[in-house]
Amino acid sequence: MADSIKYAEPLVRIARREAAPLGRKVAVRAVAILLALVVDALFIYFVTGLNPISVYGVMWGGTFSTSVRFSWALRDLSTLLCIGIALAPAFKMRFWNIGAEGQVLVGGLVTALIMVYFGNSLPAPALFAAMAAGSIAAGALWGFVPAWFKARWNTNETLFTLMMNYVATSIVACATNLMRGQASSLGTLNKATKAGWFPILFSQRYTINIILVLVLTFAMYAYLRYSKHGYEIAVVGESENTARYAGINVRRVIIRTMITSGAICGLCGFLLVAGRDQTISTSTAGGNGFTAIIVAWLAKFNTFYMALISFLLVFLERGASEIASAYSLNEYAADIITGIILFFILGSEFFINYRLIWRGHHKEVQGK
Amino acid sequence: MPQPQNAIRLAHITKTFGEVVANRDVSLEVRRGEILSLLGENGSGKTTLMNMIAGIYYPDEGQLFLGEEPVDIRSPRDALRLGIGMIHQHFKLVDVFTALENIALCMEPGRRLDLRRVRSQARAICEKYGFALDLDQKVYEMSVSQKQTLEIVKVLFRGADILILDEPTAVLTPQETEKLFAVMRNMKADGKAVIIITHKLHEVLTVSDRVAILRRGEYVGTVNTCDATEETLTEMMVGKKVELDIERPEPDHPVRRLCIQHLSVNSPEGGRVLDDVSFDVYGGEILGIAGISGNGQKELLEAIAGLQRVEGGASIQFFPPEAEDRPASLLGKSPRDIREAGIHLSFVPEDRLGMGLVGSMGMTDNMMLKSYGSGHSPLVDRKAPRELAEEIRQELGVVTPGLNTPVSRLSGGNVQKVLVGRELAASPVVLMTAYAVRGLDINTSYTIYRLLNEQKKKGVAVIYVGEDLDVLLELCDRILVLCGGRANGMLDGRTATKEEVGLRMTNLQTETEVHA
Repeated sequence: MADSIKYAEPLVRIARREAAPLGRKVAVRAVAILLALVVDALFIYFVTGLNPISVYGVMWGGTFSTSVRFSWALRDLSTLLCIGIALAPAFKMRFWNIGAEGQVLVGGLVTALIMVYFGNSLPAPALFAAMAAGSIAAGALWGFVPAWFKARWNTNETLFTLMMNYVATSIVACATNLMRGQASSLGTLNKATKAGWFPILFSQRYTINIILVLVLTFAMYAYLRYSKHGYEIAVVGESENTARYAGINVRRVIIRTMITSGAICGLCGFLLVAGRDQTISTSTAGGNGFTAIIVAWLAKFNTFYMALISFLLVFLERGASEIASAYSLNEYAADIITGIILFFILGSEFFINYRLIWRGHHKEVQGK
Repeated sequence: MPQPQNAIRLAHITKTFGEVVANRDVSLEVRRGEILSLLGENGSGKTTLMNMIAGIYYPDEGQLFLGEEPVDIRSPRDALRLGIGMIHQHFKLVDVFTALENIALCMEPGRRLDLRRVRSQARAICEKYGFALDLDQKVYEMSVSQKQTLEIVKVLFRGADILILDEPTAVLTPQETEKLFAVMRNMKADGKAVIIITHKLHEVLTVSDRVAILRRGEYVGTVNTCDATEETLTEMMVGKKVELDIERPEPDHPVRRLCIQHLSVNSPEGGRVLDDVSFDVYGGEILGIAGISGNGQKELLEAIAGLQRVEGGASIQFFPPEAEDRPASLLGKSPRDIREAGIHLSFVPEDRLGMGLVGSMGMTDNMMLKSYGSGHSPLVDRKAPRELAEEIRQELGVVTPGLNTPVSRLSGGNVQKVLVGRELAASPVVLMTAYAVRGLDINTSYTIYRLLNEQKKKGVAVIYVGEDLDVLLELCDRILVLCGGRANGMLDGRTATKEEVGLRMTNLQTETEVHA
């Protein structure tokens, strides 16, 4: 009898969906990408007056048109992924390490200094070992400081790690100024001898970077999932009370985990200086330390998802700059095009986790 | 007498959350001038159903009627406008405001703030129904019972004439409960409709006129309280006959296991939460600890478990079964130290998912919470935990989709079974439990009592911190009453009365409140 009365029921309600099957997840995301391309096509056609199909072609070409481009994409991907991996243990522990940028920079700086001062005196294996060890130590120190203060006095790690970035940037600026006067970068180091440069393997400049990051991807996945340390990190992240109840030394876990996180960031600095730039400047980390936060979050700290998401971000960014230069478009227009794609892909998560119930669609929601 | 009028009527209400059906096709009505008990086990959908009347949820199907008028309640504001007010289990008050200011906060929007008028109206409400409320007291200085009173006055101030109280007595002493019931009867006499959600049968029988019973989200029926007994209500609620007696075997050769002396604990804010408490715990008995929640029970157990910083002058001695003449001190030992010293101390804490278990992990991973560190391998071994988890799942009948399903997704009873199962599997010598049956349904509660008695018969020293005095008096051999952090008497569980325990729980508070 109540059915006959129609009242101002809300137009749409949101209800949580239980774990969706894989097929549904894939389908929702595919639809999202398709929709994004359609919306983008409208934007491209009506606002820029270009042919959407050819714009998409150019965008695709940003990553895939030549082997050099593809190699660059892999280089960018490995940088982003490496920092994402570094953040994973800290974030899993709910320690918001916003300081990857600085941790990478100090790692890079130490690498560069060793290249400058020992590049001609040490044999290559010892030189690389020193660079790796120095960068790891520097990054670890940058991770240790905020962790120690957090463990000891419960300081806010977000602000602390964030401010450590500025300290690192200033130190790098100071070092370049001291060594090269007003220059903003140290210039290419050891240009003649190439001491401390990663060798070219398989006729690919970034092979070592890529291999190392690949190894880290697997190692970090295993560390978080199968090691006792990983278990402790998960417990501390979920609840400090539970950790104490279980007899876990919370302070030690916090400090140890942040040293790990900082150390991998430092190692990333080493890869950037020795394997990519052969120099150091305040922009060596290039904002990757912040973008990696998004990567780590979207992947829910699973390193393999991180690889996928890093690829997506790199692909979109390279596509955007390619569009901008090929059509001499305003860069903002290119950013809008890639932004729309990102928006749809992220937005589709909502439809995977929730469903909408429209007014009058009662029967559909009747559970068993 | 005119025919009793319906205050609110629910017709064929259904509500689902994802796959879970919280209410299915529920129809019932509440009349003016009556107290209706909504009875059901935990998870039977009582609170969900009431939340739909209060505008917090919106039903998937069905219709609400206010009197005979179909209504659509889309927000708590809609509900208040229709005269429906709900007092939730968790109070929604501004701590740093006075009672009066909190009442003024719920004035209808758009009206000028006139504290003097609010005060006179609030006073009138208090006098009419017999509330004892100091309007100028700050909320953070109030007891739980006072806060609850304030919540009720707030709702009445907004003009509610249908009141829903969600398990209001869970936090009250017997004396406070009596006062609340008196107020409820006054409201009923004034023609208001009062709905009380509860799962305590004796309260249902004391206060209500009719009882509506829900079972697993479905409406079972409504009975007049005068025709009901505890047995018939339980049967309707559970769906089958349940034995309501708790076993209490005589302690068999009790041996002293713990000796606690001069134990004091300060809160992080500096106040003393546990003050010079001394007592002994014996193997083969269940020691009950009674007290209003927040009177030092938590700190007491945590201090023994090595989770609290203890003030100087205290001693906690443990007498191991193999060497009873050589006690070990637990003072200053962390949980890990205690474990590594070979002391089998099991602890079922009050906060199950916030301390005893890791909510985001499955049963397997939770099994190894205390044992993951054994052995020298850097990797965790999940084989033994998985077997233990499977064993507990079968023996205690834990309902879970899988051993790796996060335990936070299980129902309260199953969560507790996982926790208790793990703690019992560690073959304890001392077993401490805090509010072990809080929020559990009748069957699970009795399972827990049975498990505790089994441990007792094995010679385990069991400490049972409880809130239901009836259960404490039926289950425990001795009862330690805590009041304001002090030990306020050790009573014999077989001879003590409920009134005596209740009085001791409060007698360090002002005398007037006890006599009022």
